[in-house]
Amino acid sequence: MQRTDMTETPLHASEFRRIMKVLFSRGVVVFGIVVILALFVTAIFAPWIAPYDPYKLDLNQTLVQPCKEHLLGTDALGRDTLSRIIFGTRTSLMVGVVAVCIAASVGMTMGLIAGYFGRWVHAIIMRFIDALMAFPVILLALVIAVLLGGGLRNVMIALGIGLLPAYARLMCGQVLSVKENDYFLAGRAMGAGNLRIMFRHVVPNCFPPLIVLITMMMGLTILAEAGLSFLGIGIEPPGAAWGAMVNDGYQYLLTHPILSFAPGFAIMLVVFSFNMVGDGLRDALDPRLRGVL
Amino acid sequence: MPVLLEVKNLKTYFKVYHGLVKAVDDISYHIKKKEIVGLVGESGCGKSVSQLSVLQLIPTPPGEIVAGQIIFEGQDLLQFEANGDEMRSIRGGGIAMVFQEPMTSLNPVLTIGRQLTEGLELHLGMDVNEARNRAIELLSMVGIPDADKRIDDYPHQFSGGMRQRVMIAMALSCNPKIIIADEPTTALDVTTQAQLLELMTDLVSRFNASLVIVTHNLGVIARYAQRLYVMYAGRIVESGTAKEIFGNPRHPYTIALLNCVPRLDEEEGRKLVPIEGMPPNLLNMPITCAFKPRCPYHIERCGQDPWPDLKLIEGQHYVRCYVET
Repeated sequence: MQRTDMTETPLHASEFRRIMKVLFSRGVVVFGIVVILALFVTAIFAPWIAPYDPYKLDLNQTLVQPCKEHLLGTDALGRDTLSRIIFGTRTSLMVGVVAVCIAASVGMTMGLIAGYFGRWVHAIIMRFIDALMAFPVILLALVIAVLLGGGLRNVMIALGIGLLPAYARLMCGQVLSVKENDYFLAGRAMGAGNLRIMFRHVVPNCFPPLIVLITMMMGLTILAEAGLSFLGIGIEPPGAAWGAMVNDGYQYLLTHPILSFAPGFAIMLVVFSFNMVGDGLRDALDPRLRGVL
Repeated sequence: MPVLLEVKNLKTYFKVYHGLVKAVDDISYHIKKKEIVGLVGESGCGKSVSQLSVLQLIPTPPGEIVAGQIIFEGQDLLQFEANGDEMRSIRGGGIAMVFQEPMTSLNPVLTIGRQLTEGLELHLGMDVNEARNRAIELLSMVGIPDADKRIDDYPHQFSGGMRQRVMIAMALSCNPKIIIADEPTTALDVTTQAQLLELMTDLVSRFNASLVIVTHNLGVIARYAQRLYVMYAGRIVESGTAKEIFGNPRHPYTIALLNCVPRLDEEEGRKLVPIEGMPPNLLNMPITCAFKPRCPYHIERCGQDPWPDLKLIEGQHYVRCYVET
């Protein structure tokens, strides 16, 4: 009756090396990692990379088709599209990171408390989460953003709340399964208190699937942000956001498709990269696939 | 020797969807200082639940300690809040436990050292360095070679037997008065079993602690335990010194248990006799003797009257049975 393996994937040093190996053995995952790193670099160094000031209007050069001076052309107000996409990286990544941080920290805390204490605590928290889940993320974020007023900060809060149920549910499930392990009981039998057990024994063992969820959700969050800014909520003009650029450009779709397509492609690339990395992480962290990959 | 732990009329029930499971139904026992006591019975007879009840580690709900007293060093443990400070200081500090599954009893993401020092920091207030040195000492005491290096290893780098040694070191770390070993060797192979029991009994006597061995294996008990409690369906059906029980088993269940293990001192060719039937479903238990359906000796009275009380045979030997076997 000896169990040779745990249900969780422990993250020790040798494990870490194995996971990295599996992760980097797939081209598409490496591609995703490279794109994501490149995006962060772009976001940080945007002012140095962008060829023009993304906010500067040049009414002599409106709706220029792609050319040597303006690689992706200019928009109706004469702003350089490439520069605006580069600056839009900042918006997207910032919203993505902050919203995911809000959703993950609040959601995981709620899930941890619900799963750990069980009973009525579990019932109350999880019913609240279920209620949140009943609304589509975009709709929920839209309502919250409208209630809080526009602005990037409120979009991040709105998306954070909208995406929190996924983390709460996953964390709660993880905690419930970790609680079944003997080390949980053994920790209690050694006289450890609730906080100690939570943070030494429960939380670290819950992490592997949450890492995957966080990565996957980055893509989804960026997509949701683009959707909101397409709908005109979020960044205020003249700030650059990909979703808003798609919206601005689509009036000229027939004559200047690049205005919508370029930011649209950027959105796609980012979401695709995050999803691929998430997929790769999921496979690398899945103990059932150990040895196969 | 003075009595260290006395459990009186303990009842632990589980309220489940289909009804009430009386996992532990009115058991009383005691453990003296420096004594090794065995608790024997089949799976699901309430052995583990009774031991978890002592430390109030029963999952509540559905479990609940309905009645009884657990007197440890003059205090009734049941008056303490299950997660209160008093109970927490007793867990590990006064009474420690070793669990059945060494493979899952250690947290896979923490090093052995960090898990061993947990109790030392918690109960003995040691600082990091003191605790680490003590942990290394404990590890070598339980026979882990190169303890000072292995202390930084993770549980998956240890074999099952070694992990159980770590669990023993962990249980001993805070000098508890009683160690409860819940099927400590069930998951291990036979050679390791013997070594571990030897180690455990040896260390327990060096630490002046008492040991409770919970097991379904009479062979394990025979050699080490001074006194035995035999449990069936949530009740103690026979108790006494090891000599009394192995020399003169009186309850039909004990007799049946002894008949189904091989012995070295018996005539060749004896067939092992399995116990017919299944352990009873603890839901909807009859008030009559729960062993009656499987009992070859049962008489008419067994099916009519409720379970008899424990009856003194001689010395410390008690039996719960109408039949004079």
